[in-house]
Amino acid sequence: MTVSGFISQILQLAIALLLAPLLLGWVNQCRAWLQNKSAPSLLLPYRTIRKLFNKDAVVAENASPVFRIMPYVVFSAMALAAAIVPSLATDLPFGRAADAIALVGLFALARVFIALAAMDLGTAFGSMGARREMFIGFLAEPALLMVLFTASLISGSTLLPTIVETINQRDLAIYPSLAFAGVAFTMVSLAENARIPIDNPATHLELTMIHEAMILEYSARHLALIEWASALKLFNYSCIGLALFMPFGIAQGSADASAILGATPVLIVKLAVGGLALALIETLSAKMRIFRAPEFLGTAFLLAVLGMLVNLLLGS
Amino acid sequence: MTGIPLWAQLINLLAALLLLLAFAMLAQRRVLTLINLFAAQGFALACSTAIVAWATDQAHLYGSAALTLILKVALLPWLLHRLVRKLDVRWDVEGLLNIPTTMLVGIVLVVFAFNLAAPIEQLASTITRSTLGIAMASVMLAFLMMITRRKAIPQVIGFLAMENGLFFAATSATYGMPMVVELGIALDILVAMLILGVFFFQIREQFDSLDLKHLEKLKEGE
Repeated sequence: MTVSGFISQILQLAIALLLAPLLLGWVNQCRAWLQNKSAPSLLLPYRTIRKLFNKDAVVAENASPVFRIMPYVVFSAMALAAAIVPSLATDLPFGRAADAIALVGLFALARVFIALAAMDLGTAFGSMGARREMFIGFLAEPALLMVLFTASLISGSTLLPTIVETINQRDLAIYPSLAFAGVAFTMVSLAENARIPIDNPATHLELTMIHEAMILEYSARHLALIEWASALKLFNYSCIGLALFMPFGIAQGSADASAILGATPVLIVKLAVGGLALALIETLSAKMRIFRAPEFLGTAFLLAVLGMLVNLLLGS
Repeated sequence: MTGIPLWAQLINLLAALLLLLAFAMLAQRRVLTLINLFAAQGFALACSTAIVAWATDQAHLYGSAALTLILKVALLPWLLHRLVRKLDVRWDVEGLLNIPTTMLVGIVLVVFAFNLAAPIEQLASTITRSTLGIAMASVMLAFLMMITRRKAIPQVIGFLAMENGLFFAATSATYGMPMVVELGIALDILVAMLILGVFFFQIREQFDSLDLKHLEKLKEGE
């Protein structure tokens, strides 16, 4: 690992950490506009995180160490994922350290810890949310893996940087299989990030909530880390999507600090468009009953498998 | 992928879209959306036929593209919409199997169709032959839809969608059928649609519902 590569890696991670709450704020703002509400400030997620860091943490008496370490584990997992995903450059030291499958495993690790911590205190809401989260997770993960396999079939590698480089180097061609995979990936991302057809991110006390139910017992710095981690998760998923389906403008070859800074505005534009699309999807659809979730994610799985089959049939 | 001309890529894309729409129809619960999906499938079919016509310089394919456009995108959906309005049947469609199971059966059918089409593709000499598997798959998916739906209108849409698949198979394997055959089929479909429309009214008058399971009874009052 060279020094410049190390600096670039740190830079990408820092940009990811800083941009993630901004993306969340942007999505919330777009959604408010689309729903004719007065929009919250773009910087609201930053303020929430700062406010939470300044408060005193309260932890239940019977909480086990799992409950205490969960925010740190989840945050580190998401930060590590942000370092691995080639959001700004392909030639980074961490990029080759883990392939797409390991990345899915990393997300699964975070999920397991959230669920364990939610069940730790034995509250009704927590264990219900944990059960639902694992239920969604076990349906979403196969679909996500299938999407990644479709992309790897085209480039012959499961390493995300290699996929980005291969798709970028080819002539511009239409890949029907990638279209299938793209739709499937969108559906999986909506489910994984607790977005509207599966979960409603805007509620704090409802019987139907999933993500919010699990983190109900957290406060102060723990909650701040969890909020930041879920913003990072959204950012990571968006960047994986961009890397697979719109890999243009990602710095290739030499990845020094200037290349990273050059790729940042492109990424911001792409994320802005993606965030607007997400807000649009959330505005146009209604939240599903939890029992409809298998159908939704089953469709995502089916589309991803279809993408693979079409890829094998048409060779494109 | 490099080396394949743009129009072939477009046909591949439209073929994939056709398959996607076939699955969407399989999963759709509402009758009105089902009709719109059918119209969209017809549109994709017309586009791909027109592209094949342009790429291979076959004038009669323009004719079939136009026929598809008029019949399957405009006329039949309009007739179906009118039927739904007149019969006042905007209920959700209920299937015999639940949707995820149907989808899984659909995937198996797609794999089967792709394997079935593989040897035939070797024989065909057209450039679009690789889409034959997709055409077979959409025929089978439409067939599956006819089997799993209980009400009359979705079954008819399944029948029409099956014809879409057959038409696409003909275009991809042999650059379309002779014009006379195509006109005959088009007329058949139209007449079938009209007769089935009359049937719907008769069925409803008799049983107060369009559920075809009533037709399975031989005697009244059971």
